[in-house]
Amino acid sequence: MAGVITKKVIHGVYDDEVPLLDACRKLKAAGIKVKEVFSPFPIHGIDPIIGVPRTRLAICAFLYGLTGCGLATLMMWYMMVSDWPTDIGGKPSWMYIYNVPAFIPITFESTVFCAGHGMALTYLLRCMLVPGARAKNPDPRTTNDKFLILLELPEEKTGEAEKVLRAAGAIEVNQKGTVTEKLPY
Amino acid sequence: MHAESQIREPLILGNKTYSQITDDIIKPVEGKTGKAWYVLFTIATLTFIWGLGCLAYTIGVGIGVWGSNNGVDWAWDITNFVWWIGIGHAGTLISAVLLLFRQKWRLGINRSAEAMTIFAVMCAAIFVLFHTGRVWLDYMLFPLPNQFGSLWPNFNSPLLWDVFAVSTYFTISLVFWYIGLIPDFATIRDRAISPFMKKFYSLLSFGWGGSARHWSRFEEVSLVLAGLSTPLVFSVHSIVSFDFATSILPGWHTTIFPPYFVSGAVFSGFAMVLTLMLIVRRIYNLQAYITVKHVEYMNIVIIVTGSIVGVAYLTELFMSWYSGVEFEQYAFLNRATGPYAWAYWCMMTCNVVSPQLFWFKKIRTSLVATFILSIVVNIGMWFERFVIIVPTLCRTFLPSTWNMYHPTFVDIGIFTGTIGMFFFFFLLFSRYFPVIAQSELKTILKISGEKQKKDAEAHSHSHAPAH
Repeated sequence: MAGVITKKVIHGVYDDEVPLLDACRKLKAAGIKVKEVFSPFPIHGIDPIIGVPRTRLAICAFLYGLTGCGLATLMMWYMMVSDWPTDIGGKPSWMYIYNVPAFIPITFESTVFCAGHGMALTYLLRCMLVPGARAKNPDPRTTNDKFLILLELPEEKTGEAEKVLRAAGAIEVNQKGTVTEKLPY
Repeated sequence: MHAESQIREPLILGNKTYSQITDDIIKPVEGKTGKAWYVLFTIATLTFIWGLGCLAYTIGVGIGVWGSNNGVDWAWDITNFVWWIGIGHAGTLISAVLLLFRQKWRLGINRSAEAMTIFAVMCAAIFVLFHTGRVWLDYMLFPLPNQFGSLWPNFNSPLLWDVFAVSTYFTISLVFWYIGLIPDFATIRDRAISPFMKKFYSLLSFGWGGSARHWSRFEEVSLVLAGLSTPLVFSVHSIVSFDFATSILPGWHTTIFPPYFVSGAVFSGFAMVLTLMLIVRRIYNLQAYITVKHVEYMNIVIIVTGSIVGVAYLTELFMSWYSGVEFEQYAFLNRATGPYAWAYWCMMTCNVVSPQLFWFKKIRTSLVATFILSIVVNIGMWFERFVIIVPTLCRTFLPSTWNMYHPTFVDIGIFTGTIGMFFFFFLLFSRYFPVIAQSELKTILKISGEKQKKDAEAHSHSHAPAH
């Protein structure tokens, strides 16, 4: 087919994160791109090796927090100052600034509320973690005690990749069929 | 890799591997439940139903069936609210504050402690929702557009701050807890044999796969949520204390309340975590993961927070004398020698004296002593809230309004009902959800596992330079 490229899927399975990290480094040195790594727990230090960019979720949380802070301020200004100003216990709310100390706690709570929930929702959607989604790990053992390197390579590179995977101590190297990818042009 | 000193005791005992950790923690979810669980669950359910009956009776007849009266208009309900909210605080402290301080021992207990937080806040919510009298009008607590004028709630009031603080606290804790649970649900899903379990945990696990990208986001979310929860947990109990401190009643009108309430909350919360953990490790055979060292660490937190509470009590007494205000002095004299002196001295014994026993290593590392003292501390902390509220209100400025407070069977029924509800949910949680954050626990196996530590030591000795 024109404009379509067929790649072989290879799973390298390890029983510890140390040989897996070693394999990732060696694959990188050999110029082979690691498609994805699946592990039962976070492996520290793997992101730069396999080229996972730093997540921008914290920036999102900051922006959501600013939104929450602004919304709370706007709400309390509207309700207590603009719509129905009252003099409660000698603390008149004719202007927002007069009464701002009393508004701090809710401003803070709202900031945390929006930052926390906004970030959690963004995280779930960014990872496509939704109720009813299909399991994303290609091998069910990776949520227990196995670590898996997923490679998608053109036919001619598979031999070399398998050699690297085995040399680093893979307990299994499996070919898992092919995937087709559209060429970018 | 991160290395840990050999002096530190291992946090995972025995010769464990990754798959053994999975087996040990998931087994209660997959296997048959023991008799002990059914016995406890039946008791909890019956107590819960009795509490629901008392709530129904309150709705039907009105809160006149409570013991609160014209003088003591806040009594049992607020005592229980503050008590439950306080218990909840330990969960957030363990999972958020200890995460920021990189305390690895949190991983054995954080999941159950967070569950405890959620159930405790639910129990607390019952009291605030029902004490308004007309529970069906509780939506008016929120600033919703309405036809009354518009009539907005008063944003100067700590009671409204409480509405926002507690609802934020509850929902954020729930999200924090669930996000941590997702990878563990995926583990159960991938092991499940019965199609129903597979379906059920597939739904709960949201399709988690554990790819490196997802883990990196997971860790970021945990860290930021911990950073947000830490000031949140301090703000919640500070605001609860403002309910009292911003009033002008002698005995309540003190600036020491926020720090004193927060440390009291952590104190009682850790005691409740200990009570629960000592039961859980026994029923589910998790002695290798919730070790005596974990218990000792928690007892040390109890000594620290208990001592802060003790110092706060004494500071209050000193300040009331030093203020030179008669009313203020009387409020404290009345607490210690008045009609509720028994409650005051019960509080003093349970909260100030009993935690000091943990200075002895024998007591601190004894599970029986810890279990008993953890319950004693929670009794003491309940009396603390009772002493702050009832004796203060029964002897205010005008002697003609002086009044005694006696709880009715409805008051007692609702309170025991919430204890039943708490254990009802906690037992369900421990049966169907993994009680230990097993995927996160696996990250410390190589650093803090008993066998792994021994291996590392042997390795370093064999490589020691010869002199």
